[in-house]
Amino acid sequence: MEQNQNGFDPAAIEAIAARLKERPGALMLILHEVQDRFGHVARESVPIIGHALNLSRAEVHGVVTFYHDFRNQPSGRNVIRLCRAESCQAMGAVALAEHVRGRLGVGFGETTSDGDFTLEAVYCLGNCGCSPAMVINDELYGRVSPARFDELLAERKEDRR
Amino acid sequence: MSATVYVPRDSSALSLGAGKVAGAIAAEAARRNIDLRVVRNGSRGMFWLEPMVEVLTARGRVAYGPVTPADVAPLFDSGFLTGGEHRLGLGLTEEIAYLKRQERLTFARVGIIDPVSIDDYLAHGGYRGLERALSISAEKIVEEITESGLRGRGGAGFPAGIKWRTTQQASASQKYVVCNADEGDSGTFSDRMIMEGDPFVLIEGMTIAAVCAGATQGYIYLRSEYPHALRTLNEAIGAAYKRGYLGEKIAGSAHTFNLEVRLGAGAYICGEETAMLESLEGKRGMVRYKPPVPAIAGLFGQPTIVNNVVSLATVPVILERGGAFYKDYGMGRSRGTLPIQLAGNVKHPGLVEKAFGVTLRDLVEDYGGGTWSGRPLRAVQVGGPLGAYFPASMLDLPMDYEAFAAKKGIVGHGGIVVFDDTVDLARQARWAFEFCAIESCGKCTPCRIGSTRGAEVLDRISRVARTSDRETTMGLLRDLCDTMTYGSLCALGGLTPLPVLSALRHFPEDFGLSRSDVAWTG
Repeated sequence: MEQNQNGFDPAAIEAIAARLKERPGALMLILHEVQDRFGHVARESVPIIGHALNLSRAEVHGVVTFYHDFRNQPSGRNVIRLCRAESCQAMGAVALAEHVRGRLGVGFGETTSDGDFTLEAVYCLGNCGCSPAMVINDELYGRVSPARFDELLAERKEDRR
Repeated sequence: MSATVYVPRDSSALSLGAGKVAGAIAAEAARRNIDLRVVRNGSRGMFWLEPMVEVLTARGRVAYGPVTPADVAPLFDSGFLTGGEHRLGLGLTEEIAYLKRQERLTFARVGIIDPVSIDDYLAHGGYRGLERALSISAEKIVEEITESGLRGRGGAGFPAGIKWRTTQQASASQKYVVCNADEGDSGTFSDRMIMEGDPFVLIEGMTIAAVCAGATQGYIYLRSEYPHALRTLNEAIGAAYKRGYLGEKIAGSAHTFNLEVRLGAGAYICGEETAMLESLEGKRGMVRYKPPVPAIAGLFGQPTIVNNVVSLATVPVILERGGAFYKDYGMGRSRGTLPIQLAGNVKHPGLVEKAFGVTLRDLVEDYGGGTWSGRPLRAVQVGGPLGAYFPASMLDLPMDYEAFAAKKGIVGHGGIVVFDDTVDLARQARWAFEFCAIESCGKCTPCRIGSTRGAEVLDRISRVARTSDRETTMGLLRDLCDTMTYGSLCALGGLTPLPVLSALRHFPEDFGLSRSDVAWTG
């Protein structure tokens, strides 16, 4: 998952906004596309998007910050999203969360100092028949024990070499 | 020889390695020069058997599972392509007790067909509901839905017929049909399984709603946590356009219906219908005041039919076979079937579609097989994070909207999360407040502030020793829960006290309290 680490390309943001602005409910579409492309919605893109849609900065900022999915900073090279909701709690997600935090040395919403992993909490992945569940980048995993997590982590680290 | 093998493309099956199994089967067939067709179907909903592979034989479909890539070569060796015996063999799929005892109306095709093949859908009775809908009046469509007794499967249980009638009778230049696919409740996955396993049934249901209301534009508001559902829906929508089931003159009629999937962005509150409409309009997912109801002033202020995935996916069978047929299932004022989801600490997690009236015990013990851990079952939470926790002694409760309401619980979206005896209900109660605080849209004070204060009050309960202090704290909690229940704008704040109070009522010992301390919870 290659991401633009510069994070901000005003011309590209403008082009995305111009292309989508006529669609009903365009702001969500634009934010999704910006985040898909750059990995985050940089603060500097807010006024550009606002200008295209005739919205104030505050309105755009309000939407960006309302939704858990939108980041205003780049994530690590890998994003681990761990489900912390009830079904996974019933299958040991609380202990798993402790284990994951310990392994990575970061808390939820944080990125490891080498920039390899961002850890995020998520509330239900719809994989409740196979709890506990987590997503690493785009891949969904079920019945993740601490040992299984260590395997998955090792695979990702292996990929980097 | 030529053979057909089914390997699910369902998210849960994929999360357990179904993709690798499908790849291994194709590779092994190539190695053996076998002409093999691998169909990527939806899941049958027996997750302890996933990845479950099926083979088409002269006797019917034979199942094997759970299959790992390492099992693939041995399966070929034992002649699984003709239903040969193997230690993973489960016999004829249709004869597996878990499936055989179900009453699958909404889920009739899930796991059976290729989800993105419109020909497969048509061959299995697809689009018969729409065909009938196009041959009768809009009023008659509403009558069938009303007659069926279908109530909103998203959780609120509001009669679908009333919504439909309201939008159908409203006059406007533009009307909409919106499918709420923001299935955020933990312990639920029936919407996802429909979208990944039989997306055409949802498309057909929405098309019938559009024909009925005179709506020309539809949206499926899908949660971003479901990327596989997104892919499957978009493939199916593309196929429906190509074959004239979407777009102009649908199925040769005079109706136009365009359909598009829109993604949410990880906000639980957007499962609330008015917050969802705001989000579709490109705004923050803030709950709206009602009235006006969305049926009159919904998306972009226009009359809008808003229904959950399962509700809309049930519409085709109702139109095809008639409201009276559907109504025949169920009990009391809960008519038809409910796709129930068994989740959490349960031995046989999965999807069980049954007529209303099936008891929690039937579901958790007979279907579920008890806990996954093998430890005693201590609690079940029914209806998602806003649902009540019930103790093992209450498992004879039937799945019925009114029976649950009488016991201060909700059926919700039909998810059951099982907990064994290691659960701490005081922690679960606190979590209910925490979750509400994380997901509150912030528009109304009881929810925005009450959720945080609630967690603090619960912390205090565990610390107070003196009887008088305990009584004061209980009084505070009672007031707070009353304020949230009666003063919140929507179900998030309004129902958060439900799990909290049920935990106190049924499990006071976890809070260091006695039965008499919590008598006020009723």
